[in-house]
Amino acid sequence: MSTIQADPAPPSDPLQEEGSTGRAGDSIFRGLATGAGMIIMLALAGVAIFLVLQSIPALGASGEQAYGADNIVVYIWPLLFGTVLAAVIALVIAAPLSIGVALVISHYAPRRIARLLGYLIDLLAAVPSVVYGLWGRETLQGWVFPVYDWLHDNLGFLPFFEGPVTTGRTILTAGVVLAVMALPIITALCREVFLQTPMMHQEAALALGATRWEMIRMAVFPYARSGITSAVMLGLGRALGETMAVALVLSASGIVTFNLISSQNPSTIAANIALNYANASGTKVNVLIAGGLVLFLVTFAVNFLGRYLAARGRAKA
Amino acid sequence: MAKSIDVSDLNIYYGDFLAVSGVNMTVKARQVTAFIGPSGCGKSTVLRTLNRMHEVIPGARVEGKVVVDGQSLYDPSVDPVAVRRQIGMVFQRPNPFPTMSIYDNVLAGNKLNARKMKKSEADDIVERSLKGANLWNEVKDRLSKPGMGLSGGQQQRLCIARAIAVRPQVLLMDEPCSALDPISTSAIEDLIHELKSEYTIVIVTHNMQQAARVSDDTGFFNLKATGEPGQLVEFNPTKKMFTNPDNEATEAYISGRFG
Repeated sequence: MSTIQADPAPPSDPLQEEGSTGRAGDSIFRGLATGAGMIIMLALAGVAIFLVLQSIPALGASGEQAYGADNIVVYIWPLLFGTVLAAVIALVIAAPLSIGVALVISHYAPRRIARLLGYLIDLLAAVPSVVYGLWGRETLQGWVFPVYDWLHDNLGFLPFFEGPVTTGRTILTAGVVLAVMALPIITALCREVFLQTPMMHQEAALALGATRWEMIRMAVFPYARSGITSAVMLGLGRALGETMAVALVLSASGIVTFNLISSQNPSTIAANIALNYANASGTKVNVLIAGGLVLFLVTFAVNFLGRYLAARGRAKA
Repeated sequence: MAKSIDVSDLNIYYGDFLAVSGVNMTVKARQVTAFIGPSGCGKSTVLRTLNRMHEVIPGARVEGKVVVDGQSLYDPSVDPVAVRRQIGMVFQRPNPFPTMSIYDNVLAGNKLNARKMKKSEADDIVERSLKGANLWNEVKDRLSKPGMGLSGGQQQRLCIARAIAVRPQVLLMDEPCSALDPISTSAIEDLIHELKSEYTIVIVTHNMQQAARVSDDTGFFNLKATGEPGQLVEFNPTKKMFTNPDNEATEAYISGRFG
C-alpha cells in the first residue's frame, strides 16, 4: 500500500545473539554426553582391575584350592575349551538359521507375515535365560535323545558322535539352547542390513534375469557381508557369556573332549562360576574369578575381531 | 534377434492407484523408440512393464497386453525371470555390482544361466560386450579392477555391456544419461546408434534434443489432468513429432510452452 516503511529495528550483531540459552544447552549436553562416555570407560576399567587383582592370588593355587587341579592353567583350560565349544556349536546352528529367517523377513514373506515373524523373533530375545535353561533341561533333552541315538548309530565313526548316549543333557544340547538364544540378535541385525541393500543393486540383478535367490546372492550378500559378520560376532558374545542356561542344561564333568553326545561333557567358565561360587571360600574364590578374567579377555578379543572383520568388509565394498 | 513389442490397452497400477491408463503402441524391431514427457507421467513405469520389472515393487500390477514377437509377456505361464533374460535394462543411475570386478560385472548375467563357461568363451563375451559398449579400449588393461572405480559415464557403459552380454532381444533404457556429463552422454548416444542395428531399443529421456537425435519413433506421455493417471498422448515417427505433431499438447510441450 505505502512505500514508506517503518524504521527498521537497530541492526543487531548477528554474531552476538541475544540470550545464550542455546549455547548453555550445548555445553550442558556436551558435558552429559562426555560424562556418559567416561562412565563406560571407568566401569570397564573397574571391572578389568577387579578381575586382575582378584586373580593374582589364584596364580599359585593348586590341589584342593584349585578344585583338585595341579595349577590354575590346568583348571581353567577345560572350562575355556567347553565355553568355546558350546559357543561354536551354537553359532554353527544359529548363524545359517538366523540368516535364513532374516531373509524370509526382508525378502521372501509378504509384508504382514514378515512383520509378525519379526515381532516373534524379537520376543525370543525377551525370554529370560533361566527359562531357556529349564526348557533345555526338562523338554529339549527328551526331544534330542532319540536324535543322538540316531547320530551315534549312523555317524558314530565321527569323533563328535562317539557316545555312549545316556543323557540328553550334553554339550550339544547346551549348544542348541545357546543357538536359540543367539538367534534373535543375529536375526534382527541381519534383517536390518538386508533391508538396507540399495534397491538399485537389487534391480540390477533382477533386470538381468536373476531369480530371487540369485538376486540375493548377487546383490544382498555382498552388500551385507560385514553386517553379517558383526551380527554373528555379537551372537557369539552372547553365547560365550551365557551362564544360567548352560548351568541348568549341561551335565558337566570338566573334561576336554570333542565327543558331543556323551554324558562326559566339558563345562563352561560362566556356568562353572555360577555352580561353584556359592560354596567357594578362600583361594577358590580367586580361582573362579581368574576364570572370569579369561572369559572377559576372550569376549573382548571376539568383539575386536568382529569389529575388525566388519571394518575390513566395509572398506572393500 | 531383435523383436518388436505390441502394447495394447495397458493399465498400470500401484496397489489401487492407477498410474498409467490405456496405452496402445507398437515398438518396431531394430529401431530406437523414445518416451518423452514431464516428470511423474508414467514414462518409466511403462518402460518397466515391458520387461516385468514393474511388479518388483510390492502391490504393483498390470492390466492389458504386452506382446513380444507373438508371446504375451503377462500370460500366466510366462516366468518373469525368463522375460528379463530376453529384455535387458539399463537404469537411470549406473549400478554396477560394487563388489565385482569389471570382468565379473560384464559376465554377471551370463553366469545366471548356470552353464559352466570355458575361460576362453567368457573372455570372448567380455571383449565383445565391452567393445559393443565402446568401453573396451578404456578398460582392457584393468578388467580385474572393481567396476566402481570407473567414472560415471564409464560405469553406465559398463552397465550397457552387462545388459548386452546376454544378447537380449530388446534393450530398455531408463534415462540412461540423466546422471552423466555431456561428453559421456554423447558417447552413450553414439552407442545407441550402433546398437540399433542389432537390438530393439526403448529409451526414456527428459531431454527432448536427445529424443530427437537418437530415436526413430517417439511417444509423448502426459497426465490427463492433475491427479489423473498418465496416458500416451501421441506416438509417431520422431521427425513428424518434432516438426508437425498431431496433438496440440505435444506441440506445446516440445516447443517449450509448458512442462
